[in-house]
Amino acid sequence: MTTAINGRHIPDRLTSPAARALKSWEALLLVVAIAIFILNTLASPYFLDPWNLSDASFNFTEKAMIAFAMAMLIVAGEIDLSVGAIIALASTVMGLAMTAGASTPVLVLLGLGTGLLCGAFNGLLVAGFGLPSIVVTIGTMSLFRGVSYIVLGDGAFTGYPESFAWFGQGYVFWVITVELVIFALAALVFGILLHRTSFGRMVYAIGNNATAARFSGIRVERVRFVLFLLTGLMSGIAAICLTSRLGSTRPSIAAGFELEVVTIVVLGGVSILGGSGSVLGVVLAALVMGLVTFGLGLLNVPGIVMSIVTGALLISVIALPRLWAMARRR
Amino acid sequence: MSMLKSRETILALAILALLAAIASRFPGFVAPRNLARVLTDTSPLILLALGQMAVILTKCIDLSVAANLALCGMVAALMNGAGVPLPVILLAVVLLGGVLGAVNGLLVWRLGIPSIVVTLGTMTIYRGSIFLMTGGAWINAHQMSDAFKAFPRTVVLGLPVMAWIGLAGIAAMALLLTRTPLGRAFYAVGGNPHAAVYTGISVGRTQCAAFVLSGALAGLTGYLWVARYAVAYVDIAAGFELDVVAACVIGGIAIAGGAGSVAGAVMGALFLGIIKNALPVVGISPFWQMAISGSAILLAIAFNAASRRDPGRIILKQAEHRT
Repeated sequence: MTTAINGRHIPDRLTSPAARALKSWEALLLVVAIAIFILNTLASPYFLDPWNLSDASFNFTEKAMIAFAMAMLIVAGEIDLSVGAIIALASTVMGLAMTAGASTPVLVLLGLGTGLLCGAFNGLLVAGFGLPSIVVTIGTMSLFRGVSYIVLGDGAFTGYPESFAWFGQGYVFWVITVELVIFALAALVFGILLHRTSFGRMVYAIGNNATAARFSGIRVERVRFVLFLLTGLMSGIAAICLTSRLGSTRPSIAAGFELEVVTIVVLGGVSILGGSGSVLGVVLAALVMGLVTFGLGLLNVPGIVMSIVTGALLISVIALPRLWAMARRR
Repeated sequence: MSMLKSRETILALAILALLAAIASRFPGFVAPRNLARVLTDTSPLILLALGQMAVILTKCIDLSVAANLALCGMVAALMNGAGVPLPVILLAVVLLGGVLGAVNGLLVWRLGIPSIVVTLGTMTIYRGSIFLMTGGAWINAHQMSDAFKAFPRTVVLGLPVMAWIGLAGIAAMALLLTRTPLGRAFYAVGGNPHAAVYTGISVGRTQCAAFVLSGALAGLTGYLWVARYAVAYVDIAAGFELDVVAACVIGGIAIAGGAGSVAGAVMGALFLGIIKNALPVVGISPFWQMAISGSAILLAIAFNAASRRDPGRIILKQAEHRT
């Protein structure tokens, strides 16, 4: 069974050839990122323009913020497919408050609060009632987005206050966008949380063997609940950024985000079976995805073709180490 | 009493209650002619749910079905434009769908990549390929031949061909699952992969077969969809894969594999189909549809979890809960 090759190992103890290739996953991603960077530079003289590059970061920052929390969730062996719908609901709540005349700080608090509440709802169903997360979040995905459709129909909220635009359109230092700063902060916080705290070790332990983790005294349900809170919170933050950047809320906002977020996480070397992966990998995967999208955009390649490239990249990057391992075994 | 406890019975009662509630205010909804229309409308969902069920039984998931459907539908429309006769088109879309399913299956079987990752990738690749074939152009009703459009709507013995194909799919799938070695293998592989290996069943090959089945059904549905709605474009059936998984979940197909029945999958699909058809009749805005189906999914899984008994592992369960 080849399925067992990359699953269920703690990253420090990788042994099989494919797993050793996985250990240098981040190195592989870095090489891919640099290669695409060089290709982009050669392909278009407009690529290296700092303003262009900073605008291009919008291609990945919002998704990557969620991807950090999603990575922890997937390491723990769960998944949250409702993140795009949480963005829609949080954005709708902010839109409702905005039409009622709420100020920017209130809008931000409502965005964060809605994200947390949605995460708590998922967490309660998964951790509290022991239901499978993939099904729960398919259900809540329809539910959360459904509420947005009920509120908005085919309409939209527009006319957010100008101070609110800072989150999605503002710059901090010269050309560094606010979103890029949030992305970097999130990378740092989640990097520390997953790799330097006992909470992070618990997440790995649960992903490797939930029963063993339970018997070694880890409160598995509580950790799972917190992880769903985290994806909810990060979706709330992403909702604030995205709503602010677009300046409007439509019920279809962030449609399909969940699959792109999962793609970034898996491309980042996090095993979908749980138990292994790193935040650095997710950062690099987000950069790779951003660079690919931007490069293809410069070449006027339509969005739908970019999705072919993304899909092919996902499958080939996962398949290559396995093919290599199979070839070496012969 | 045990009949009452079975999930299929309860689901059937839920559907009857739903129909009764709608009929109490809009008797026209339960008129045979309208019910036939609901069945016809739901046939694509039923066909895809049957294929998805086979995949889920083997502990996999197929997120590429809707993209597969769209690609095969577009190929059918293009072939029709090139003057290919209908029987050849039908054969071609089933084959093409099966091949696309086999791509998923082989990646899962030979390379051992988790199915959710494989089908997430092929989903975007298949849908993107439609754009590559057509440059994003639409194929509209006036570009399709009359025979191509008429086939799913032709009424035979009081029901459109589309509904008959749905019924045939149900019958074939029921036979396959209960009367053939392959059907038993689907259950065995999902129920306990290690035990399945010791009884001589190849886990990977069985999973691959499930993907081929799911793909072939998606290919067939692709033609039906395009012919019935008389339009083909890149985004047809976008997001439909989740409806299909939802139908299976509502129908009590265990997402961990190994448990579920054809009757359940069909009723799960019918439940969603009835809601979708009833909303405009009852005067609720269709914007409520997503929220209602989302709640139905959550209720269904909560119910499944509550009724689940695990007699073989009681001791371990108690030990788990004691900590």
